[in-house]
Amino acid sequence: MIAQALVSGLLIGFVFALIAAGLTLIFGVMEIVNFAHGEFLMLSMYLSYFLHAGLGWDPIAALPVNAIALFALGVIVYYALIRRVLRAPMLAQVFATFGLGVFLQNAAQFLWRPDFRTLGNTWVTGRIALAGVYVSGPQLAAAGGAVVTTAGLWWLLSRTEIGRALLATAEDRQAASLMGINPDRMFALAWGLGAACVGVAGALLSTFYYVFPQVGGVFALIAFVAVALGGFGSVVGAFAGGVLIGVVESLAGVFIAPAVKNVFVFAIYLVVVLLRPRGLFGKL
Amino acid sequence: MKIGIAAAVVVAVLLYPLVLRGPYPQHLMILVLLNALLGTAWNILGGFAGQISLGQATFFGAGAYTSTLLFQHAGVSPWVGLVAGAALAAALALAIGYPCFRLSGHYFAIATIAIGEIAGIAVTNWEFAGGAVGLFLPVEGEGMGAFKFGDKLGYYYVVAAFLALSVALAAWLRRGRAGYYWRAIREDQAAARSVGVPALRYKQLAIAISAALTAMAGTFYAQYLLFIDPPSVLPLSLSIQICLVAVLGGAGTLVGPLLGAAVLVPLSAATSVALGGSGRSLDLVVYGALIMVIAVFEPSGLVGIARRVRRRISAQR
Repeated sequence: MIAQALVSGLLIGFVFALIAAGLTLIFGVMEIVNFAHGEFLMLSMYLSYFLHAGLGWDPIAALPVNAIALFALGVIVYYALIRRVLRAPMLAQVFATFGLGVFLQNAAQFLWRPDFRTLGNTWVTGRIALAGVYVSGPQLAAAGGAVVTTAGLWWLLSRTEIGRALLATAEDRQAASLMGINPDRMFALAWGLGAACVGVAGALLSTFYYVFPQVGGVFALIAFVAVALGGFGSVVGAFAGGVLIGVVESLAGVFIAPAVKNVFVFAIYLVVVLLRPRGLFGKL
Repeated sequence: MKIGIAAAVVVAVLLYPLVLRGPYPQHLMILVLLNALLGTAWNILGGFAGQISLGQATFFGAGAYTSTLLFQHAGVSPWVGLVAGAALAAALALAIGYPCFRLSGHYFAIATIAIGEIAGIAVTNWEFAGGAVGLFLPVEGEGMGAFKFGDKLGYYYVVAAFLALSVALAAWLRRGRAGYYWRAIREDQAAARSVGVPALRYKQLAIAISAALTAMAGTFYAQYLLFIDPPSVLPLSLSIQICLVAVLGGAGTLVGPLLGAAVLVPLSAATSVALGGSGRSLDLVVYGALIMVIAVFEPSGLVGIARRVRRRISAQR
């Protein structure tokens, strides 16, 4: 039973980690928390749903479409909204993205009704038994996809020229622009990449999770906690935070009670930040 | 001129329910005053002292549940319950503040979310407090002593008095030593501490007062609607709405939360009357768009617009 709970927790934890990585990337580069992150995820899940229902495309096959579409959405949101509040007080930035989230969530409800939708059969339906532990195919695929994407993001940031430019902008905007890096473009890229992360996560989740207008809230709150738990701005921290939350949630759900599992998620956040006020991997 | 405007607003608020006698306009204005009260309480902690709380619902729920449970199980007057709820919320706030004020910025804000969510889940699973079903207050017994009124007028003047009390308290605190200390902590805590500002003690003062006022509003809410459950008095959305009222009005100013409540509450009511009938949440689409517009064009809040109007008027003279 412990093994089963651990494995389930790890699998969903990898998906939390990917969502959190997108959030922390945006924060790390420009110190803005995207409160519409969950709604980006929701839009990606609807995209998978409509591609599947309308064109018969499998969400796994259409994954690049989600990534590109959400990348574009992130860039558009940056230029249309975020650029205008760059110099505004932190609270105005919070409410710009919060307002966007309210807008997107209710626009989805207006357009597509509050129904819960499921995709039905996809490539990854079914389940596998491994040494007595049952693993559902969609969850395994989602976890695998999330790990690969998060690792890709990490590679991009730490091993490529463009990633270094992003990190340089995060470190010192002015010094970076003196080195010939255009911070404006880097900010847009951060929003694009951050949104593309939830684009991938949305496609992966759509194979086994209900698609409905409020679905983003479920994951966004956990992603915020994961990001803060790991330390704002740290991709490695967000990954660790996401996985830790997945495991804690799963163990608490099995051994204590499903109704109170989130108490443990929030409690572990409090314990960690009270011991380390900037999270597990945050800059001190 | 400032005093003139303030006096005019006070007279208008006092006369409003006598002129507009319908239950709906009175209910709407009660909501405006209640939100202004909650925004003012948030503002003491978030606007003056710069500690962003997204967990005010915890204190609101503490007030609502304390007075209701005391009345149901021990027959304690809701007025005594109000004081007990405020005291409990202040004690809770101090217990939260002591460890959490070590955190800065977003880490503190998310800690308040975490505590609020824990409180919500805990009450939902607490049978004695009605659990997920909630608590009903008996309808019988009316009058000032019972904190229960047959019409909206009584509630209206009670919440107006609470608001006046809170604004007066906030104004007095802001003008005194606490106000200067809070401003120093908000702008640069390390610098404030280096010149001898006891930062933790004054942040604790801010959160305790903010919590007590919010709990008062919670007791009022329970007495007004006669029904409470976790989704109505302990949700994260309430905490965010409280913050929104103060921030969109103008955080850190006295009139900001009042302005925010006076604009946001009727606005969301109007959009939901005009567009909400379809049950397809078009009203919230407009609401979200308006929040974005205000954040982009008036990042310091609606107070900024009021200031500009005043400057233009004085420039014309």
